[in-house]
Amino acid sequence: MAEAHSEVAYASSTEYVSHHLGFLTYGKVDGHWGFAHSPEEAAQMGFWALNVDTMLISLLLGIGFMAFYFLVSRKMTAGVPGPVQNFIELLAEFVIESVEGAFFAKNKFIAPLALTTFSWIFLMNTMDLVPVDWIPMFAQLVTGDSHLYFKAVPTTDINITLGFAVAVFLMVIYYSIKIKGVGGFAGGFLMYPFPKWYLAPLNLLIELPGFLAKPVSLALRLYGNMFAGEVIFLVIALLGYYQLPLHFAWAVFHILVIALQAYLFMMLTIVYLNQAHQVDH
Amino acid sequence: MNLNATFVGQSIAFVIFAYFCMKVVWPPVVAVLEERRKKIIDGLAAAERAQLDLAAAQTKAGEDKEIAKREAAEILDQAKRRANQIIEEAKDQARAEGERQLAAASAEIEQQANRAKEALREQVALIAIAGAEKILMKSIDQAANEELLKGLAAEL
Repeated sequence: MAEAHSEVAYASSTEYVSHHLGFLTYGKVDGHWGFAHSPEEAAQMGFWALNVDTMLISLLLGIGFMAFYFLVSRKMTAGVPGPVQNFIELLAEFVIESVEGAFFAKNKFIAPLALTTFSWIFLMNTMDLVPVDWIPMFAQLVTGDSHLYFKAVPTTDINITLGFAVAVFLMVIYYSIKIKGVGGFAGGFLMYPFPKWYLAPLNLLIELPGFLAKPVSLALRLYGNMFAGEVIFLVIALLGYYQLPLHFAWAVFHILVIALQAYLFMMLTIVYLNQAHQVDH
Repeated sequence: MNLNATFVGQSIAFVIFAYFCMKVVWPPVVAVLEERRKKIIDGLAAAERAQLDLAAAQTKAGEDKEIAKREAAEILDQAKRRANQIIEEAKDQARAEGERQLAAASAEIEQQANRAKEALREQVALIAIAGAEKILMKSIDQAANEELLKGLAAEL
């Protein structure tokens, strides 16, 4: 694909790869709001900036699958299901089974949450299978800017995966306090694993890092896997015509990663929320 | 890899989507799954019941068949007996009728023979009178001799 890029001259393969790893970031730089023209500019924008590309793709996919589920759920019948309804039922039963296997309290929010998590992350990961230049080139064509940064796979953006992880983390805290009360929640850190008041600081030292590591590991696991896959796709894309069989082989392997990471994220979400609902910890 | 407000946006979007899923998408799906489950349970129960019914019906049919066979045999037996009876009766009747006709015929024959004897007797009496007339050669009061002649005829 590198050769196909006649209109954008990349000085080197390093530049090709790094350009594909840059974001279309909107924020304030040098005193005015606008899109960043380079990763350095994007970094200067600090916290109050938005990765428009990943956020846009993420929302498009999210609205897409949710609208699809919504339309199908309106026409569900308990009689003989059609192929589309069958697909949704299969998905729903898979989620229900996963939740029943790992979540032992009663909460009506968990199963839909798991379904949303799995479907959304799966779709975002699947964007990895679209050849690496198609969506950026399309974006460049639409905007007329041949040097536009556009990242097509939302889960290769740490912000997106962290967005999921932080939301899950906040839910864990919310449900922990709701179920155990503030005292019970704090007691989990102070009186465990050593239930002596004078060992509370030691307990806190043991428990708190593990607790805080949950969202970080959740976000980084997904991000790391998808980012690595993306980089390999980019390197393969540099090979010219040899990329075709290699791309196919890596894509086939990557299908596994896509499904596995989406499933893992869903399962860990369920497991963390289950811990939040366990009173005896 | 720089953190920015994107992750906040994604968090908010995620929570909204999950909430929407719970409120709007999930209930009808679960309801349909539950309803189908119930339908299948009912269907299986109905099938089992139908099988039991079938077995009962088969037993009943077998019993009915046995009863019917027995009844048919009985009816056949009765019919045979009745037929024999009718034949016997017919034979008896025929025999009685034959005897009756025979009796009537012999009575008729006897009667005719008696009548012939009577006529013969009368004629013999007449002939005897005529003979006597001729023998006596004289007219005899017929009325006076009637008694005598009748007595003669009865003796014949």
